[in-house]
Amino acid sequence: MTTHVFKPDQPPPRMSVGLLGWLRANLFSNWFNTLLTLFAIYLVWLIVPPLIKWAFLQADWSGTTRADCTSEGACWVFIKMRFAQFMYGFYPEALRWRVDLAVWIAIIGAAPLFIPRFSRKAVYGLGFLVIYPLVAYWLLHGGFLGLSTVSTSQWGGLMLTLVIAAVGIVGALPLGILLALGRRSNLPAIKVICVTFIEFWRGVPLITVLFMSSVMLPLFLPEGLSFDKLLRALIGVILFQSAYVAEVVRGGLQAIPKGQYEAAAAMGLGYWRMMGLVILPQALKLVIPGIVNTFIALFKDTSLVIIIGLFDLLNSIKQATTDPAWLGMATEGYVFAALVFWIFCFGMSRYSMSLERKLDTGHKR
Amino acid sequence: MQKPANAPRAPKGSFWTDPKARAWLFQIIAVVAVMALGWYLFQNTQHNLEQRGILSGFDFLQQSAGFGISQHLIDYNESHSYARVFVIGLLNTLLVSVIGIFFATILGFILGVARLSPNWLVRKLATVYIETFRNIPPLLQIFFWYFAVMLPMPGPRNSLAIGEHLFLNNRGLYMPAPVATDGFWAFVVSLLVVVAAIIAVARMAKAKREATGQRFPVLLASLALLVVIPGLVSLVFGAPFEWSMPVLQGFNFRGGWVVIPELIALTLALTVYTAAFIAENVRSGIQAVSHGQTEAARSLGLPVGKTLRLVIIPQALRVIIPPLTSQYLNLTKNSSLAAGIGYPDMVSLFAGTVLNQTGQAIEVIAITMSVYLAISISISLLMNWYNKRIALVER
Repeated sequence: MTTHVFKPDQPPPRMSVGLLGWLRANLFSNWFNTLLTLFAIYLVWLIVPPLIKWAFLQADWSGTTRADCTSEGACWVFIKMRFAQFMYGFYPEALRWRVDLAVWIAIIGAAPLFIPRFSRKAVYGLGFLVIYPLVAYWLLHGGFLGLSTVSTSQWGGLMLTLVIAAVGIVGALPLGILLALGRRSNLPAIKVICVTFIEFWRGVPLITVLFMSSVMLPLFLPEGLSFDKLLRALIGVILFQSAYVAEVVRGGLQAIPKGQYEAAAAMGLGYWRMMGLVILPQALKLVIPGIVNTFIALFKDTSLVIIIGLFDLLNSIKQATTDPAWLGMATEGYVFAALVFWIFCFGMSRYSMSLERKLDTGHKR
Repeated sequence: MQKPANAPRAPKGSFWTDPKARAWLFQIIAVVAVMALGWYLFQNTQHNLEQRGILSGFDFLQQSAGFGISQHLIDYNESHSYARVFVIGLLNTLLVSVIGIFFATILGFILGVARLSPNWLVRKLATVYIETFRNIPPLLQIFFWYFAVMLPMPGPRNSLAIGEHLFLNNRGLYMPAPVATDGFWAFVVSLLVVVAAIIAVARMAKAKREATGQRFPVLLASLALLVVIPGLVSLVFGAPFEWSMPVLQGFNFRGGWVVIPELIALTLALTVYTAAFIAENVRSGIQAVSHGQTEAARSLGLPVGKTLRLVIIPQALRVIIPPLTSQYLNLTKNSSLAAGIGYPDMVSLFAGTVLNQTGQAIEVIAITMSVYLAISISISLLMNWYNKRIALVER
C-alpha cells in the first residue's frame, strides 16, 4: 500500500498576510482610504513631534526659579515648585499629614470593596460610607479630640476638589434615590413635587446654582444663622447633583421587570420593604456605572467653584499663573491641570466600563 | 361583571391600614411640608431684606446701567437701561450657543463616523481625541484657549494673517463684513420669492412623482432658481452689499467685523468639548442599525451612497436625536462658563455685573435661572417634536 504524501501547503499570498497584508487591509484598501491615511499621517506629524519636543525634549526640569527655564520648551520647574500648593491649597504645611492620612484611610478603607472574594460588601460599604465622612471631617477640619482647627477657607487645591466631589455624590445619593422613588410613585402630589424639583435643577447651569447658593442662601436663612462659603457651595452642589442621580436611579427602577414588583406585593411586603428589600438592591446594582458617570461629571464640574472664589485645583493653578514671579506659565499650568483631571476622569470611566461588564448578569433576554 | 351578592366584604380595617387613606395622608403631609418650607424661607427672606434695606421688585430694570460692554449685537451705550443689558446678555448667550452647536455637530458627526472607519489610523485618532477632550473640564479648556492661546497672541501690528483679509491677534479675529447698500431690500425680497418658488416646485415634484413615478430634479431646479433670480435682481438694482475690509490704521484695525477673543476661546472650547460627546452618540446610533439593513439595501441593488442616505442614516438618526438634544442643552448651559473669562453672556453680565451694582440678588438670579429654564424647555420641546416626527411608526 502506498502512502499518499501531501504536497506542502502553498504559502499564502504575500500581499494578504503579515504587516503588508494588515497595511493593505487597514490603511490602503482603496484610493479614498489611502487619501485618508495620508491626511491622518500628516495630522499626526503636525501635532505629535512639536508636542514631544515642547513637553519633553526641550523642557526644563531642574532648578528653582523662573530664570532656570532657559530652553524653548515647557518650564516644568514651575509645577515642581508649586506642586504642594496645587495639592493642598493654603492648608498649613505642618498639618498636611492630616490630609495625607485621610487619603490613605480612604484608599485602605475602600480597598476591600475591590477585592472580589470579600463578602458582605454592601454592609461594609454602607458602614464605610457612614463612618468615613466623620473621620475625614475630624482629620481635615479638626477642632475637637485634640486636633487644632483648620478653617475651610484654608482648604484648597486637589484636596478641595476631591472633598467637593465626594461630599457632592455621597450627599446627593440618598436624596436622589428618594426623588427617583417619588417620581415613579402613584401618588400624584408627590410625583408632581419630585418632577418639578428634578426638572428645575436639571434645567439650570451649575454656575447659576452656585451663584444662588452664595448670594441667596444667606437671605433665605433666619438672621444670624450663617455658614461658611464651602458649606454653601456644597449645599448647591448636592441639590444640583441629586436631580441627576435621581434620573439615573429612575432608569434603574424602570429596568426592573414588573414581575418583581408583583412578586414582592404577593409576598405581602409594604411599599418601603418592597423597595428596600427587593427593588432598590437590584435597581442600584444596575445603575452603578451610571452613578460613576454622574460622579465623573461632578468631578469636572467642581472646577466651577472658582466662580464663587473657592481655591480648588484649577483656581490654585490659575492663581499661580498670575504670580509675577512666574508670568507666562499659563500653558504649563493648564496642561498640568488637564493631566490631573484627565487621569482621574479617564480612570473612573474605564472603571465604570469594567463594572458594566462585570455586573451585566440579569434582566437581559 | 357584577359582584355576587354574597361576596365577602373587604375587612373594614382602621384608618391606618387603608391604603387609600394613607396615600391621601402622605400627600397632604408632603404638600403641607413643602408649602411650610416655602413660607418659612419667604418670611426669612422678607425679614432679611428689610433688615439690610435691600429694595425688592423689578423697578431696577429701568435704571441706567452705566457700564460698557465689549460685545453687543444691538445698539448699546452706558446710558441704556439694565433691561437692555439683559437683552444683550441673552443675545450673546444665544449667539455663542448657536455657533457652538453648529460647529460641534459638524465636528461630532465627522469624529463619530471616523471612529467607525475601516481605516485603522483614522479610527485610533478619533478615539484619542474623544478620550482626551471629554475627560477635561470645560472650564479648564476655556481657560486654556483664552489665557494660554488667545491672550499671548501678537498685537495688531504683528497679526497673524490668514489669507488676504483675515487677521488674528490678541484683540480678536478681524474679518470682512458685508455692508448693506441700496439694492439690499430688493435682494431680500427676491430671496423670499425664490424660497417660496422652491417650496412650490418641491410640492409639485412630489405630487408628480406620486402620480406618475417620474422624478423631477428638484435640487438642480432650486439651485438654478437660487442663482438666476437674485443674480438678475442684483444686476438691475446693484449689488445688495459691499465688503468692508479690515485695514490696519495706527494701532488697530478699522472696518470689517471683529470677533472678540473671549468669543473665540469660548466657541473653540465648547465645540471641542461637546463634539467628543456628540461623536459617541453618533457612533452608537450608527452601530444600533442592524447590519441586516445594509445587506438588505445592497441586495435590492442600492449603491453604497444611497444605502447610507436612504436606509442607514434615517434609522441611525432616531437613536442619535434624543442624546443629541441633551448635548445641545449641555452646550447651552456650559456657555454660562463664559463668566470665567468675562465674555458678556447672560451670567457674567447679568448675574455678575448687574447683581453687583444693584444688589438685588433674588430678582437677578431668578431672571437668570428662568432664562436657562426657558431655553432648556424650548430646546427639549423642539427636539421632542422632531423626534416624534421621525419616530418609528409601528403598525
